[in-house]
Amino acid sequence: MDKFTKVTGVATPLMRQNVDTDLIIRIERLVDNVTREGLGPYCFEQIRFRPDGSEDPDCIFNQQPYRDAPIILSRENFGCGSSREGAVWALKGMGIRAVIAPYFGDIFNNNCFQNGLLPVALPIHEIEQLADEMTASPGNARVTIDLENCQVVSPTGRTIPFQIDARRQHAMLNGLDDIAQTLSHKDEIAAWQTQDKTVRPWVWL
Amino acid sequence: MGKTLFDKIWDSHVITDLGNGFVLLHIDRLLLHDMSGGKALKEAIDKGYPPAQPRLIYGTPDHTMSTQPGRTEKTHPPGEPLILSMRETTRAYGIKLFDLGQDGQGIVHVMGPEQGLTLPGTTLVCGDSHTSTHGGMGSLAFGIGSSELVHVIATQTMVQRKPRRLRASFEGKLMPGVTAKDMILHLIGELGTAAGTGYSVEYAGSAVRALPIEARLTLCNLTIEMGARTGMVAPDDTTYEYLNGRDYAPKGAMWDRAVAHWRTLPSDPDAEFDREHTVDMKNVAPQITWGTSPEHVIAVDRAIPDPSTGPEEKRGAWEAALKYQGLEPGKPIEGTKVDWVFIGSCTNSRISDLRAAATIVKGRQKADHVTAWVVPGSVRIKQEAEAEGLDRVFLDAGFEWREPGCSMCLASNGERVPPGKRSVSTSNRNFVGRQGPGARTHLASPAMAAAAAIKGAIADVRKIG
Repeated sequence: MDKFTKVTGVATPLMRQNVDTDLIIRIERLVDNVTREGLGPYCFEQIRFRPDGSEDPDCIFNQQPYRDAPIILSRENFGCGSSREGAVWALKGMGIRAVIAPYFGDIFNNNCFQNGLLPVALPIHEIEQLADEMTASPGNARVTIDLENCQVVSPTGRTIPFQIDARRQHAMLNGLDDIAQTLSHKDEIAAWQTQDKTVRPWVWL
Repeated sequence: MGKTLFDKIWDSHVITDLGNGFVLLHIDRLLLHDMSGGKALKEAIDKGYPPAQPRLIYGTPDHTMSTQPGRTEKTHPPGEPLILSMRETTRAYGIKLFDLGQDGQGIVHVMGPEQGLTLPGTTLVCGDSHTSTHGGMGSLAFGIGSSELVHVIATQTMVQRKPRRLRASFEGKLMPGVTAKDMILHLIGELGTAAGTGYSVEYAGSAVRALPIEARLTLCNLTIEMGARTGMVAPDDTTYEYLNGRDYAPKGAMWDRAVAHWRTLPSDPDAEFDREHTVDMKNVAPQITWGTSPEHVIAVDRAIPDPSTGPEEKRGAWEAALKYQGLEPGKPIEGTKVDWVFIGSCTNSRISDLRAAATIVKGRQKADHVTAWVVPGSVRIKQEAEAEGLDRVFLDAGFEWREPGCSMCLASNGERVPPGKRSVSTSNRNFVGRQGPGARTHLASPAMAAAAAIKGAIADVRKIG
């Protein structure tokens, strides 16, 4: 997994609720033979592009200074809906390193941690203030997310702490491989399975 | 203090405590489908992790192939490599595949319970958010992402943190025209799409106990639409009657042993939940969604909501939803002209769903301007429906009768509602572009969808005899 320690950059205020994974990446892009890295141009295509394929100038992702922003600010329930991990790959392909929202869809949240994309949960009033600071000073405003110290630094220099599971923080900072960690417990897995075959033999076809 | 159904299954599957609130959880069943199944198997194998327990893994294609009559994997060419890859990787490791054209193939959340692969008290995962469906059998089932799939293939376990517990009780009797789909849409309307985030849900109450298994599967299917990964109904005699004799269910003495174990699973009377919510069935009418989130739902006899009178924090979303859907606030939703009707998906494609729709359709004709599809959930359901003559009922009324698959629920096989067209769909998501770019979706029960096809407009099923 890619490591994540710190990111500093422009944060795009995509201030809507329930940004679902269908909106982030259309399912047919995951059927077509597109690589994970190649999904970036299709990220948020339904709002970035008009039906004729041209860019929609009203979409914030098509405006400066947000074009290459590494951070998204959003409202409640970002990443709800489908379990498609392609949503995380597409965000990464578009250059997104972190998303700040009050809370996230559970499966999307887990998928982020598998790919080194950091979901940061902050209270909505903090996110609204970050968005205000971004739009008040377009061009030179920057947000910093520091995973080691679990804090966000706003464009005006305010420090906002956030919480994250210690296990996930450690894995993200070090880019750890989940499977290798789990297989260090392989004897315990085997012992559990042997025992279960006597308790619930019908499960073992 | 007593334990909940969820806690009993969870606790008995903990292999080891990993600290910081995380445990290593055993996974009893992994179901694969064509969108991610072949790719995940290949990724695991390429990383040097062949399937740890291939006999606990089952697969079927459902997402990417056409549902056109006579279809093969070649009918929708973009899906073919995914289906071929699944075929090749499952064969290499002796994983049972219910392949295209074979008995047992179907939408993964339909064929699992149908085959008896989904058992009470098991942990079951699949790379699809509607895996919660299997909770209708009393299985702790949840959707996972692609990387987590690879982890399960490699280890038959998952690293998980225990969610909180929410009990949603439905008390009373179902009013005329009301189905499990209406119950769950009503609940999502009351609680919102995020109420379940971080929770496991148990559905309980007299109305749930009275539901047959297929309806319980529908109820649990939409759990993810209120944010929870898993939703369950405690197993009971209804469950055992449904399961007994199914292909992969235990048989003979083993069956008796299994049932004795399953009878210990329901939540203890003194079990505590972190949150409780009760729905009075007197207040549940046939539902229809009006917007672009499953929480944008009303009873079919109500007016389209007016954002200016709605909760302040939702006004922007409501306005955007009405604009996308091309609807006027304050007008009755009943009578809104419909172009497409889709009866199918892991939510509502089972034999009882098709019977309910056929009851409305029988002896009538669809409206001329409506395109109406029926996509049965599995090969077995299709055969059963044809043996009962349901295919003729639909065909005679001008509907299309198609092959099993996910189809127009998410349009991953190229089957789309055209831009700007309005659809009444028995599926689970009315998101922007879900059924195709620019498509406008209204979610409803199979009988409501059938009524819309006949009337050519959103209709109240209670007014159609």
